[in-house]
Amino acid sequence: MSAMEPLLQLTGVAKSFTMHLQGGIRLPVVAGVEFAVGAGECVALAGPSGAGKSSVLKMIFGNYRCEAGQIFVRHEDERIDVARADPRAILKLRRTTIGYVSQFLRAVPRVAAIDVVAEPLLASGVPRESARARAGKLLARLNVPERLWGLPPATFSGGEQQRVNIARGFLPALPILLLDEPTASLDAANRAIVMDLITEKKECGTAIASIVHDDDVRTRAADRVIDITRFAATSACSGEVDTGSPIRTCARDVR
Amino acid sequence: MSEPDVPLLVAEGVTKYYGRQLGCRDVSFSLYQGEVLAVVGESGSGKTTLLQLLSTQLVPSAGRVRYRLRDGVTRDLADLSEAEQRFLFRTDWGYVHQDATLGLRMNVSAGANVGERLMAVGWRHYGRIRGSAVQWLDRVEIDTDRIDDPPLTYSGGMRQRLQIARNLVTQPRLVFMDEPTGGLDVSVQARLLDLLRGLVTELGLAAVIVTHDLAVARLLSHRIMVMKGGEVIEAGLTDQVLDDPREPYTQLLVSSILPA
Repeated sequence: MSAMEPLLQLTGVAKSFTMHLQGGIRLPVVAGVEFAVGAGECVALAGPSGAGKSSVLKMIFGNYRCEAGQIFVRHEDERIDVARADPRAILKLRRTTIGYVSQFLRAVPRVAAIDVVAEPLLASGVPRESARARAGKLLARLNVPERLWGLPPATFSGGEQQRVNIARGFLPALPILLLDEPTASLDAANRAIVMDLITEKKECGTAIASIVHDDDVRTRAADRVIDITRFAATSACSGEVDTGSPIRTCARDVR
Repeated sequence: MSEPDVPLLVAEGVTKYYGRQLGCRDVSFSLYQGEVLAVVGESGSGKTTLLQLLSTQLVPSAGRVRYRLRDGVTRDLADLSEAEQRFLFRTDWGYVHQDATLGLRMNVSAGANVGERLMAVGWRHYGRIRGSAVQWLDRVEIDTDRIDDPPLTYSGGMRQRLQIARNLVTQPRLVFMDEPTGGLDVSVQARLLDLLRGLVTELGLAAVIVTHDLAVARLLSHRIMVMKGGEVIEAGLTDQVLDDPREPYTQLLVSSILPA
């Protein structure tokens, strides 16, 4: 396998949602998405709210189904198509290959922040004490006060939760990293730290696909910008469906 | 972990009719060591029937269930003798009932409830049995001062935790759970879920969890099967099915959750 081969490659990727509870309305999101990310490279997906940026990242992570096309990921010495991989293969990819910093932290009740951060390391076999030590170090670097480490993040501020989320995503050394608005709720000082973390990941050869609204962060972190509106499925797509799962968004409207 | 690429439990076209009434139809899946499968769906969708078919408590009308025994040989459960099935149940399997009174002996002490499983696999040394019971009570966060009290005197959450201790003391590889958090109030549920989550990961257990609570499925399971009218209508990675549900019924289930 050549060193030049991208770690991540999307070809002809399409996504739409069919909302059965709304009379089967079909919401096209994207079609024909094509891009590749090589080792040490950071690409930024750009486009207005609702263009499908988060949906593309979620498809790469296997969180959303991919309707058409291929999502190739280089995993150890294989090339795996996430769009067709079975659940076990996707779970393994998440342990060994693809990291993801989501827009919002999904907090588990009763689990301390430090354990939330250490969990991906534990899952890949790192002993508990060293996983927690490394988690603490990164939390400290992200200015999460030590008195919070032992508490579940559910009660933290938005910015604190996001930094816990970032620590969790950045801690394991995985070859591919997906970032969905990692700096959205951070102040300038913490934003600068996240920029440094991104730079360090790139230097280690990580391939990064990101969504960043902040122009300054984007120009400094991204090597390339991919305009997602080029892959718009149709113009009928409504503008405000990218906040989480559209299925749930519409259910809320109905109630 | 031994032979992680050979499934522990395999269901092939498992079907059950009660007379002409359908219990469940044509259910197939493979479960691997360390994997947690959630079976969700409303009452009457066939979830509990399926759990009983998988655990030899019901005999399928069609199809079969195979299990990889500790010696590495995969056998059709229907071919095991009754004694072999009982032995599986006492050692390599756990079964956590929604109603703890079905899974515990309510009038004997908590220690004896845990110890009984050990005696069934040949433990005879009282001190060691008691030591192990103390350890397990502690692990499921039951005050060890209560070891001599019968579960009749325990709260609902404590009974459920005792049931888990009783099941796990023999180090099973596979645990069946039928609505393990049903009937508990939410703070007690959260504690139990947290405990289960930790134990499943630490012990590398495989589990089949029947629940109607999607939050339980999300928290505990890797994979999910959605059942309706006795059939599996959608299956896959848990977060994928819950965040991007495809079937009308699954979309209805997901959208029916009240945000906290």
